[in-house]
Formats: sequence, structure tokens, C-alpha cells
Amino acid sequence: MERIKCGCGHVNPHGTLLCEACGRSLTGTGAPELLDMRYEGSARRSQTYNKTFIDKVWNFFSSVKVGIWLIVITLIASGIGTIFPQKMYIPQFVPASEFYEQKYGWPGKLYYILGFHELYSQWWYMILIALIGVSLVVCSLDRAVPLFRALKAQRVDRHESFMKGQRIFGITKGENFDEAVKAVKRNLKKKRYRIREENHAILAEKGRFSRWGPYVNHIGLIIFLFGAMLRFFPGMYVDEVIDIKEGERKEIPGTDGEYYLENKQFILEVYDEKENEAFSEALKKTGDVAKNYQTDVVLYKRKGERVPGAEAGLIKEKEYSIQVNNPLKFDQYAIYQMDFKTVLSAMNFVLVEKETNEPLGEINISLDNPKMRYNLGNGYTVEILKYYPDFDLDDEGLPVTLSRDPNNPAFVFEMYTPDKPEGEISLVAIQQTVEPVGENKYKMQFAGIETKTVSILALRKDLTLWIFALGGLIFLIGLSLGSYWNHRRIWIQQRGPDIWLAAHTNKNWYGLKRELQTVLAGTGINEPEDRNEKKGK
Amino acid sequence: MAELSSNLLMIAFILYLSAIPFFGGAIRQKNISKTEKPLKIWATVAIFLTMTGFAAHLGYFITRWLAAGHAPVSNLFEFITFFGLCTVGAFILIHFLYRTPVLGLAVLPVVLIIIAYAGMFSRDISPLIPPLQTYWLQIHVITVALGQAILAISFAAALIFLVKKVDQTRRNKSNVWLEVVLFLMLSVVGFIVVSVLFNAFHYSAVFQWTNQFGAEESVEYGMPPLIGPNEGQLVKGQFEPFLEAPAIIDAKKLNTVIWSLSTGIILYILTRFIFRKRIGAALKPLTGNINEDLADEISYRSVLIGFPVFTLGALVFGMIWAQIAWSRFWGWDPKEVWALITWLFYAAFLHLRLSKGWHGERSAWLAVIGFAIIMFNLVAVNLVIKGLHSYAGA
Repeated sequence: MERIKCGCGHVNPHGTLLCEACGRSLTGTGAPELLDMRYEGSARRSQTYNKTFIDKVWNFFSSVKVGIWLIVITLIASGIGTIFPQKMYIPQFVPASEFYEQKYGWPGKLYYILGFHELYSQWWYMILIALIGVSLVVCSLDRAVPLFRALKAQRVDRHESFMKGQRIFGITKGENFDEAVKAVKRNLKKKRYRIREENHAILAEKGRFSRWGPYVNHIGLIIFLFGAMLRFFPGMYVDEVIDIKEGERKEIPGTDGEYYLENKQFILEVYDEKENEAFSEALKKTGDVAKNYQTDVVLYKRKGERVPGAEAGLIKEKEYSIQVNNPLKFDQYAIYQMDFKTVLSAMNFVLVEKETNEPLGEINISLDNPKMRYNLGNGYTVEILKYYPDFDLDDEGLPVTLSRDPNNPAFVFEMYTPDKPEGEISLVAIQQTVEPVGENKYKMQFAGIETKTVSILALRKDLTLWIFALGGLIFLIGLSLGSYWNHRRIWIQQRGPDIWLAAHTNKNWYGLKRELQTVLAGTGINEPEDRNEKKGK
Repeated sequence: MAELSSNLLMIAFILYLSAIPFFGGAIRQKNISKTEKPLKIWATVAIFLTMTGFAAHLGYFITRWLAAGHAPVSNLFEFITFFGLCTVGAFILIHFLYRTPVLGLAVLPVVLIIIAYAGMFSRDISPLIPPLQTYWLQIHVITVALGQAILAISFAAALIFLVKKVDQTRRNKSNVWLEVVLFLMLSVVGFIVVSVLFNAFHYSAVFQWTNQFGAEESVEYGMPPLIGPNEGQLVKGQFEPFLEAPAIIDAKKLNTVIWSLSTGIILYILTRFIFRKRIGAALKPLTGNINEDLADEISYRSVLIGFPVFTLGALVFGMIWAQIAWSRFWGWDPKEVWALITWLFYAAFLHLRLSKGWHGERSAWLAVIGFAIIMFNLVAVNLVIKGLHSYAGA
């Protein structure tokens, strides 16, 4: 590729605007009044080539304008996603197709039709994020590499046009400045400048690393986005809900039968007004406020190989109290306290002779694992012919169960009594009784329920977390480098009897000017002027 | 202890209020060089009052922490007053970097509005629900408030820049938008005024109404109902509403918004009537001797300082806590999304400034919009959109 040789002898890559070494303008149009110092006038690929398809794609993504548009579009789209709640936050018993229209009218319907109810997992939203990722990589490479080259190649004695082209520039006329220059050098050292000298020229520089801040933070962001992508690979990320009743022991899903969990008890505590006087006003107004949600569990590990059909031999691994903010961690998993609910666990019925209303014996039916036959003595027996844990009628009016959860239990009983030894059949659901084969003499009368608390726990395995943490850390380091430090350079040249002084900073010009004030104070060298300010007035 | 805490907050409020005229005095004359000494005294008194106010405000924070047994950042009242505290802190810091009394003239009124607005929410010390019982509450919320406060300084500096820069000789887009911003600030004052007023008279109206699912509900209004709920029956109170809102709209909140905006309009018209010109034009002389480049620089610098703090507090600490409490570091909860939007917005701001050369007026408008997004996240996302972060809403 064609290279440009500058008058100073330095060979610059094709496309360079300001000589990397001496800063002379290479565009051939003569130096403008103020030089554009962005990226040091280095040769950026995107500004140099525009022929092939790859050039065009590169140029598109290397544009900060495109990057900003991507950010703004993502920002607006994200905002739209919060107008109505996302699907994961709506009540689960209503289908989304009905919920949005019912609750929010036609705007809700439109929201649902356009897929905004699951906006953050829409393909186009993901593509937006991916495009931002590409833009990050291309923008950074396009700028960081040539900038690095230029800053490395910079020479101490810059060309006259470079000095004159700086925003902060001044000439002090006079005779002998040796003492003054020495004093300035001392002051600069005190301000932690690194000083290089060559042929009566001085370059004082500090904080160059802050120029890498933006690129470092972009690397952090790319690592973060990479972590998000990894989640789509199986095995990296497990997310399961565990509903577990008090007293129950079950296999932990997603662990391939290796772990079992037992719920010893669920504890719900509320704040007591007397114990917490500071809160008494608030508690009077709001009523009970939860103080603690806790599930006491025992974790078991399977012993030996898994044998299909056989109850696994289990070894007690640990006992733990899972609380909000205090998950149980084991292996690569963590179990969180998410919620709880109260469910029916048992129902009581009394066998009654309808006419006399005489109770003939009570039965207690466990709803999870009901016993099918109950002997009440004196020749009275009740049998459960059918059990519908989640009772409903289908289209033809026949009884069905919607699930295995005892949300609405119903039973078909057969009652054997001394005077009806062949048995009487009755279907008993909550608040209704059907006698399908004629009028019965006896009935099963509802006599109460028992409930149990179900802990709703979340099981997570996330092998991508450390990548997110690493990305976040690198991002923060880069952001701090770029935000809290500045790259400042001061050039001082003795040209004949005069002193030329120019200065540049990548940001915070006010700070640079104040620093120059203190550095130059009492040395006899004039403070240079800010030509932006002069221009503005 | 709780009472001492309230008193300290009151003292802070009064001190901030009394500092404003001194900041006004400090910038009163155009020619600084001739009258440097007396002006310096005004500025010194002003900053002294501000710092004393800050000390009292900090005292409120510490005593309330002691009384509650947890960091007082757990509900809207506490968070907003703390946000005010951080804003004053950030102002004091920036003041010693740049020494510009006019900044105080912009920041302190905003802080007074913020504290008064906080007072509209329940001031009771509330117990912590289980998800909040962790040291991450302090770490996360305090860093967020600090970051947002520094960004608020950027807004104040941008406001000064705009008041100074926007041409007021004839009506144009810029000065109309500036009036809109000032009007919205007056509407917040309007909200405070009507709330205090109706609260003082213990106003209450109760409606029975029918929600969108056909169920009967009851709602209590604290302000006279201009807009009633769907099929609302007035059970208690005197005025019948003029209009009825459809069931899918929260009529009570809409009613409050209408009261606030109407009061804002009245305040705005009164101000216009007194000054006989745009408020922006009336404020312009106050910015007479400020260097607009400096205002621009302060605004930008505050974003540069505040953005990393906000990122750390809102996103990084927020994610760590969410991972511990909710089992996932990101869940697209509205508050999370709006924190992301704020972050994206300021990222765009910085890119526009660094790469596209958006300085001066354009940069100032962006700082105003950024602050509007922060306020939206603070107010609307708690009270209107609701989500997992809404425990602060009551």
C-alpha cells in the first residue's frame, strides 16, 4: 500500500492526516487555523478505504453515528416494553391473549399483537443488541489501532504548523529563557508530567492511559454480551421452579437425580408492633408486614448409581434455612426462596344418613396420595372409586381433572352400609353433590379441610456468571480510566529568542488551563490563550 | 430520635432556603473585578449556609438510621430526601472545583422542590420486607442516589446555560421548550401546594366503582374529584366529578396529575403576569456574568463524573443484589429497564459529545432530557408502571 513520507522523514500509513511524528498536515490543503486533533489525525481504515463490500460494511459499523442510532433505537424499544407489564409478570391463570385486552383495552390488544408483551426476547430486539456488539468491535478497532500507532510515533519537536494549530497556543517574546524553562520543567515534574527533551523542545505528557479507557470499557461490554450469548448453550444455564410442600422430599429437577431436597418447614414471620416501636405508626396503617420468609430444608445426595424404578439410597448432605437474600448453594447450583402458597392437603367427610342426619363415621382423605378404602366399623365402609384432584366438566359434561394439583378436588364415593350392602354411588365436589344412579339414602357430608404450605423455590445453575462479572469489572475499569483521568500534553519550544507553548487535552480544558496557570506562574512565560474562547467572543 | 431527625430535616430545609438570597447577592453585579470583596462575602455566607444545611440534612439521615435500625433509603420519602442530600453534596463538591455561585441559584431551588416533594409521601419509619434485609440495600441505593445527584448537577448547569444562551428577543423553538421545562418544575410545586392544602383540610372523597373485570372496588381521593372512576358512586364527600375515566385508567392518579398541572398553569400565568415576559427571559439577567463555556463544561464534567457512579450503583450493584435476592441479575423489571435506558441515554450523550462534537446548547438539552428520564424512573416507574421495585410506592 502506498505510504506517505513526511518532510520530517517519518513514513506514515496511507490515509494519515497529520504526520504521526511531527504533526505536519499531510492532506496537501495547507494547515487549517485549528487542527482537528481527534485520533491524532491518524489513518483510520474507515476513512481510507471504500471500495469492496467488506469496506462498506466496515465503514457502516465504524460510524459512531450508526452506533448512537442503534443505542437510541434500543433505548426507545426498551421503553415501549415497560408501558404494560411483560408476560412474565402478569397473573398466570389468565392467558396473555386475553389479559392485555381485558385490562388495557385496545392499546393492550395492539401491544399483544405486536409482540411487545415479550419484547426483550423478540428476534429483532436480540438483533439490535447484536448489532450494538458489532458496532462496539468495529468502532474500537477502527480507532484504537491507528491512535496507538500515532501516539507511539509522536516526536518531541513538532512542526511549526502543528504548534500553531493547537487550541491552546501562545508565543512569549524575549531573550534568555533558560531559567524559566528550568522552572517550568520543575513545576511540570511536580504535576507528575513525564518530560522528554529534544533540540530545545520539550514534550510534557501525562495520563496517556486514559485514552485507552473507552476501548477497555468496550472490551468489557463485548465480554458481557458474549456471556449473554453463552446462555443459549445447553448446560450453561439452568432455571427451574421447585414447588415443595412442608414434609415433602423430592428430586431436584435438572440435577439428573443426583440431589434430593426435603422441606422440613416453611416459616413466615411478621413484624410485631410491640417489639418494633419505631415501626408502630407504619404498621398501624399498612397492617401486617412480612419480616421473614424461610424454608428449612435438608439436602440429600444420591448414593451410587441411579437404578430405574428403585428408591435411591440417599446421604444427608446439609441442613439449611433458605431465606430471601440467603440462597442454599451446593455444587454449581443455588436454591432461592421465591414465594409460597397454601394448598389443600386433606379433606374430611362424614358419612350421614340423610333422613336422621345421624353421623356414622368420619374419614380423612389425603389429597396427594388418598387411601382408596375406609372401614368405619359396624359394617359401614366407604370406597373411593374415582379421584379428580382438579375437577371440571368437559364439553360433553363428563367429569375430568385438569391437573394433578388438588386445586378443586372431587370424589366418586361408593358407600357400603348394612342396609345397602350393594353400595350407593355419589360424586362429591366442593359445594355440589351428584347422585348419578338414583336417589341415595346416605351421603358424604363435607366436614373440613386441612392445608399445607408449599414453598416455591427457584433452582439456578449459571456457569456464565463469572463472564458477566469479568465483563462488568473490565467495563468499570475502562470507564473510570476514561472518565477520571485526562491525557494532557504540553509542548514547549525555544524558537530563536522566543518561547512557543502549545497544549492539548482530550477533555476538561478548564482543568488544563488551570494547571498551566500554576505551572507558568512566576516563570516569565506568558499563559497561552484558548483560541476557542477568543473565537466565541 | 425520630423526632430529632424530622426537626433536623426541617432545619436543613430552612437553611437551604435562606442560602438562596445570598447566592443571588453573590452574582448581583456584573463587574466582578471592582467589587470583588463584598461579592466574596455574599458567596461565602451562601456556601456556609448551604454547608450548615447539609450538615443538618446529614444529621437527619444519621438519626433516622439510628431510629430505624436500617439505612433510611427504603421508601419514597426516604429515598427522595436522600437524593436531595446527595445533590447538595455534589453541588458543594462542584462548587469548590469551579466556584460558581450561580450554580447554587439553580441547584438549591431544585433541592427544595425535591425535599418538599418527598414530604408528600408517608413519612413513617417503615419496617424492611425480607428482600430489603441486606447490606446491599445501603450499597446499591446510596450509590444510585449519589450517581443520580451528580447527574442532577449536570441538569442544573445545563439549565443555567440555556437561560443564558437562549435568545429571548422573539419567540422561537428553544425559548418555548425552556418555558415547558420551567412550567413542569412549577407543576411539581403545584402538586406540593395542592397536596398540602387539601391535606390541611383533611379532604377526602370515597367512591364505589367498577373495575375492568367488572368487580366492585372502593377508592379514596385526597383531592376533589375532577375526574371520577368508572361507574363511580360517591359514597363520601361533596363534589360530583365532571368527567368519568374509563376503567382501564387509574382515575385517582389522573385526577392528581390534572390538579398538579392546573395549579402549575395558574402559577405559571401568575409569574408571567408579574414579570410581563417569559420566565426564561425574567431569569436571564441572573446569568449575566456567568461564563457560558464554564456552564457547559460543568454540565459535561458532571455527566463524566456521575455516569460511572451511576453505572456502578444502578447496574453493577443492582445486578449483584438481584442475583442474590431474586436469583437472576437481570429480569426486565420496569425499574431495571429504565435504569438501562438512563444508562444508554447518557452513553449516547457522551458519544455525541466526544465524537460528533455536540457542545453547548445541544449538549445542554441532552442533559435536561437525561434528568427528565431519571425523574421519570424515580416518580412514574414507582407510582404508575409498578414492578418489583415498587415497595417504595406506598
